[in-house]
Amino acid sequence: MNEPSRPGDGGPDSDVVSPGTGGTDLHSAVLRRGGRKERNRSLWADARHDLVRNPMFIVSSLIVLAVLTMTIAPSLWTDTNPKACDLTLSKQAPSAGHPFGRTLQGCDLYAQVIYGARPSVVIAVLVTAATAVLGTLFGTLAAFYGGWVDAVISRITDVFFGLPFIVGALLFLSVLDSHSIWAVSAILVALGWTQLTRIMRGSVMEIMARDYVRAARGLGASDARIIFQHLLPNAIAPVVVISTVSLGAYVSAEATLTFLGVGLRPPEISWGILISIGDGWALAGHWHMLVFPCAFLIVTVLAFIMMGDALRDALDPKLR
Amino acid sequence: MGRYIARRLLQFIPVVLGSLFLIHYLTSLGIQINGDPVQALFGARQPPESVLNYMRIQFNMDNPCLRQTGNPCLGLFVDRISNYLQGDFGINFRGQPVADLLERRWPVTLRVVVIALITEALIGIGAGVLAGLRKDGAADYTVRFSSTFLVAVPVFVLGVLVQIGTGVYLGTWLAEQDAPSWLQSIFSTTYDSDAEWLSLLIPGMVLGAFSVASISRLTRTSLIENYRADFVRTARAKGLTNRRVIGVHTLRNSLIPVVTYLGIDAGFLINGAIVTEGIFNIPGVGGLTFNAATSGAAPVIIAVVTILVLIFLVVNLLVDVLYGVLDPRIRYE
Repeated sequence: MNEPSRPGDGGPDSDVVSPGTGGTDLHSAVLRRGGRKERNRSLWADARHDLVRNPMFIVSSLIVLAVLTMTIAPSLWTDTNPKACDLTLSKQAPSAGHPFGRTLQGCDLYAQVIYGARPSVVIAVLVTAATAVLGTLFGTLAAFYGGWVDAVISRITDVFFGLPFIVGALLFLSVLDSHSIWAVSAILVALGWTQLTRIMRGSVMEIMARDYVRAARGLGASDARIIFQHLLPNAIAPVVVISTVSLGAYVSAEATLTFLGVGLRPPEISWGILISIGDGWALAGHWHMLVFPCAFLIVTVLAFIMMGDALRDALDPKLR
Repeated sequence: MGRYIARRLLQFIPVVLGSLFLIHYLTSLGIQINGDPVQALFGARQPPESVLNYMRIQFNMDNPCLRQTGNPCLGLFVDRISNYLQGDFGINFRGQPVADLLERRWPVTLRVVVIALITEALIGIGAGVLAGLRKDGAADYTVRFSSTFLVAVPVFVLGVLVQIGTGVYLGTWLAEQDAPSWLQSIFSTTYDSDAEWLSLLIPGMVLGAFSVASISRLTRTSLIENYRADFVRTARAKGLTNRRVIGVHTLRNSLIPVVTYLGIDAGFLINGAIVTEGIFNIPGVGGLTFNAATSGAAPVIIAVVTILVLIFLVVNLLVDVLYGVLDPRIRYE
């Protein structure tokens, strides 16, 4: 804005609407803003702009939304009580009223599959939320303070990386008596937080070398201000991507552990339990008991992975 | 080079000790919270106290610190490590030494892992090259879509479905058709010690399936990157044939990250074998762990997992050292 300022205008920076500016000026300022093509969008606005135009993202978020409603309100999807069973109808093949057939106990398999989403999704969300918070916290601390803080945190993550995921979970769940959602989640958090810590540490280190962080430091900004205003919003993108993918990975891990017999146990209803029962009976020709729970599990995991891929494409400008 | 190896070895020791302590501490905590695993073996029955005591000593579960919640049991940790160092991995609940069980089952697991690695290398690199050479072509889309799909299928689901598809339906059909016996042993549901490679072919491929997806993507990306590299342009400018430009100049350089991935994956595959061997009922180390986990045999699991983790760490160390040999930039960082 090099034009000389007029009285009553908002000063040289007329884009900034100051108190006392007239209605028409406000209007023109808005117009000017909207009309400017080369506006700098933030990383997140840019990503949003890309995502709503990405068919892969839309399809996967619709699937995720469907699975989430199954978790929160399964009665939206089925009127049948999953525990209303009739033993005389055990393993019945799919029929008109029961499109997925019946389970070993003669319950409606469709209702069981719908209600079976809850434990998997609850565990995945709990574990992802906890690991994201822990990973962001420890990763930022390690990268920001460096020195012995970094050394301690990095060595601890090294140690956890020596323990492969499923084997570690198998070991600890087999010595625990409790097979509740909480026990399984706690073990998965204990084994999973180090991955995000490493990623966040690397990401924060990269951002810390940027000019605007040095500038903020030079201007005398406090540690807290640098971390919350500059580092977190710019460094957290990889954590968001990996967390989305790991939602799918934890759904799959829960089902795997349950299938192995160390995760959830009946009378809980879950995809892992349905698959492990179906596995035995599919050999005898009752294929529906295996195929439907497997399909739900695969589609859910696939949706989370596709969503993560779309997020990665939108958030990582280097790949474009 | 010597300095690099020495530094990696020095870093290796605390990580191994830390990992072993992590296993020890969390299992001790589990036992402290739940109570005695030896008593749990008998369920509701109450055997004489002398029997319980005898078994606790046998299974190394007699240490009083296992009854104090939160106690890190350092003494027990030192005992365990020194026993392991002498090759004593304890006994299972039937009185067989775990070390003997492992020794007998080890070759089977090794064969499964080798088959998985060969599958990964052949199919993964092949698909990656097809996709990378024609970026955004039909083959590229097919490979990209199927690799995303393959990653989304949990290994146990794939195992269960493949076992029913090939083992039960195809296997029965082949037996009815009087197919040659080698074909029958590939598609049989059981491990056959007479056909020790053939009957492990399908389980090995299932184990390798997950990494086939990663390797095809890695090969594709790395090929596309190198395709634009200066040395490839130079090779073309010299008038070399297309076959030589792709086969020697592009592909060979693109395979460095793939080979590293294969090395690291070997460690993961040994652990992934637990699920696959459990499903296909293969008497390997994985099958042993699977059965021990489902029956709650804590002493066996602790010993086997400790060994698996040690192998995993040693494999990773070897890959790191080899990587230093292959790539001088790593060595002189």
